[in-house]
Amino acid sequence: MGIDSERILEINNLRTRFHIAEGTVYAVNGVSFSLNQGETIGVVGESGCGKSVTMLSIMGLIPIPPGDIASGEALFRGRDLLKITDSEMEQIRGKDIAMVFQDPMTALNPVLSIGRQLGEPLRVHLGMNKEAVRQRSIELLEQVGIPDPAHRLSEYPHQLSGGQRQRAMIAMALACVPSILIADEPTTALDVTIQAQIVELVQRFRDQMAMSVIWITHDLGVVAEIAERVLVMYAGFIVEEALVDDLYEDPRHPYTLALLAALPRVDRRRDHRLLSIPGAPPNLLVQPKGCPFAARCELVFDRCREEMPPLIEVAGNHQAACWFDVTTGMPR
Amino acid sequence: MSESTLSQPTKGVVSLTPDELETPPLSLGQLTWRRFRRHKMAIFGSVILLLIMIYAFGGMLVFSEADANRTETGARLQAPSREHPFGTDTIGRDILARTIYGGQISIFIGLTAMVVEMVLGISIGAMAGYFGGKLDSVLMRFTEAVLIIPQIFLLLVMAKYFAQSIPNIKVIGRTLSGSVLVIIFVIGITSWPYLARIVRAQFLSVKENDFILAARATGTSTRDIIFRHILPNSIAPIIVAATLSVAAAITLEAYISFLGLGVRPPTATWGNMLEGAYNYVDSAWWLWFFPGLLIALIVLSINFLGDGLRDALDPHSRAI
Repeated sequence: MGIDSERILEINNLRTRFHIAEGTVYAVNGVSFSLNQGETIGVVGESGCGKSVTMLSIMGLIPIPPGDIASGEALFRGRDLLKITDSEMEQIRGKDIAMVFQDPMTALNPVLSIGRQLGEPLRVHLGMNKEAVRQRSIELLEQVGIPDPAHRLSEYPHQLSGGQRQRAMIAMALACVPSILIADEPTTALDVTIQAQIVELVQRFRDQMAMSVIWITHDLGVVAEIAERVLVMYAGFIVEEALVDDLYEDPRHPYTLALLAALPRVDRRRDHRLLSIPGAPPNLLVQPKGCPFAARCELVFDRCREEMPPLIEVAGNHQAACWFDVTTGMPR
Repeated sequence: MSESTLSQPTKGVVSLTPDELETPPLSLGQLTWRRFRRHKMAIFGSVILLLIMIYAFGGMLVFSEADANRTETGARLQAPSREHPFGTDTIGRDILARTIYGGQISIFIGLTAMVVEMVLGISIGAMAGYFGGKLDSVLMRFTEAVLIIPQIFLLLVMAKYFAQSIPNIKVIGRTLSGSVLVIIFVIGITSWPYLARIVRAQFLSVKENDFILAARATGTSTRDIIFRHILPNSIAPIIVAATLSVAAAITLEAYISFLGLGVRPPTATWGNMLEGAYNYVDSAWWLWFFPGLLIALIVLSINFLGDGLRDALDPHSRAI
C-alpha cells in the first residue's frame, strides 16, 4: 500500500442481510477494505463467514429480496457499484470485474457447448462477430492450457475433467481482460496438484494483465502463495487485515491465532493431534452484539460480550479487531 | 490369496488404445435417441403417427378436395363399398375423402393450438418463475383462475362468442372456414395454464443453479439468461407437454365440433364428421367409426410418443 498504485476498488461499511422466514440473517456486518491496481488480496475464514456474500454484494448478484444491502458503498474507480442500474452493472460484470466460482462441476451450463459459453462475454461485451469470437476463444483456451482447443469448443462440460472445466471458467473470466478478478474458492473442489496449477495460472495472468485479484479461500496455504495482503473474516466481520507475512508471523487476533494453530504441518510429529477451535460460529440470525468470536475465545472478558471491538491499527499496515493485545495478553 | 497375485495383475488395468480414446462420448441427443428407441410403445406410436400423416397428406394425391365436398344426393348413407370404401354420409359425400381432408385440419388445429399454448404457457410460466415475488403471485393467481373454470365450458362459450362472422381463410393451399382459426385460438388460450405451471416449476429450480449465477457474473442479460440458459435446461418437460397437448387439442376440437360449435362445414374435421353421425349410431356405423377410429389412433399414438419422450429426455434416467 506504500506504493502509489491506483486504488481500484474501495468497500466502505458494507452490510448485507437476508430476510427469511426465520428472521433476519446478518451475513455481512460493516465490511470495509480496499484493493489496489495489480494487487492480490486473500480473504479467509470458515464457511458461512460472509466471504462469498461480500463479493456477491459487490457484483450486484445478491437476489433482492430476500437479500438486502442495508448500507455501504462499493467504489469501483470512484463509481458506486451499489447505486448504478442493473444494465450498467451488466456492462461491468464480466468485462471490468470477473468472477470464478468454487465448483467447476456446477458452474458451467450442462446444455451449452464450451464454445458458446466462452463466447458469451466476447459477444456481449466486445461485440465480436462469430469468427472473431471463435478465434479469440481458441486463443483463450490455449492460454489456459487446454489441449486441442479448436476441438474443445464444440464439446460439452461433461466431456471435460474438473481441472479443465476450471481452466475453461478462468478463460471465460479473463476473456475481456478484466481489471479485477474475484476468485471464489476456485481450488476448493479440485485435487492438490490441479490446485497448484490453477494458482499458478491465475498468478501468470495477473502479472501479464496487471490485474487485481481477490482470492477467497479457507486454505491458508494457498493464500500464503498468492496474496500480498489478507483479510480474515469471521461471522460477517473483518477481524484482522495484514500483509501476508505479518499475518503468519505476527497474528494479532485470537481467531487468526486459532486458525493458524489448526493448520496441519509437516514439521510436527505424526501422532500430534490436529487442533480445532472449540464451539461453532455464532448464529447469524441473531443481531450481533459484542465480539462475534467471544463465545469461542480463550481470552474473553466482559467487555467482549458487550461491545464489538473496532478494527484498529495494531502495527504498520496491520489491523485487528480485538479488545486484547495478544502480544502482551493485556486488554488495550 | 497371496500377495504376489494381488500386486501383479496380468494385464494393465487401464489399457485404452489411442483409437478408443478418440471415440467421442455420446451427445445428449444421441443418448436420448438410444433410450427412446428401447421404448417399444413409443416406437409403435411413432409408426402409427407417421402412417396417419401419410394417410392425411398423401391422400391428397388420390382425392381432390372437391371429392371430399361433393354431395351426391343419390348416394346417401351408403355402406362401405368398392366405390366408397368408407361409405358415404347423410348428403352423399365420400367418407374416405373427407377423413383425409378432415385429418389435415385436425392435425393442423392440433399443432397450431399447441404453438399458441406454448407461446402463452412458456412466457407466463417463465416470467413467474424467473422474476418471482409479486409478479409470480399475480400471474399464478391468474393461471389458477383460468384453471378453475371448466375448460369445455370456456371453450363452448368462447367458440360461440367468436364464431359470429369470420371470413374464410387460405392456409396450405386450401380455403378453410374461418372457424378453424377461432378453434385454434380458443383451444390455445384455454390450455396454457397447465404448461405455465410446468415451466414455472422448472424455472424455479433451474435458476438456482451455480451456472446461472456464473452466467450473470459474466454480464449476461436477463433476456439471455432466460432464453439461452434456463429454457434449454427446462426443455425436456416442455417437449413432453407440447407433444401431449397436440393430442389434447385434437380431442378438444372433436368435442366442440361434435357439439356443433366447432369448425363449420363444408370444411371437414374428424370432429365435425362425428356430429352428423350422432343420429345414425345404430343404422350407419361407418359414419362414426372411421373418423372415431382415426381420432382414437392419433391420440393414442401421440400419448405413447409423449411417454417415450418423457423417459428418454429424463436426465435422471441413467438407463442406456
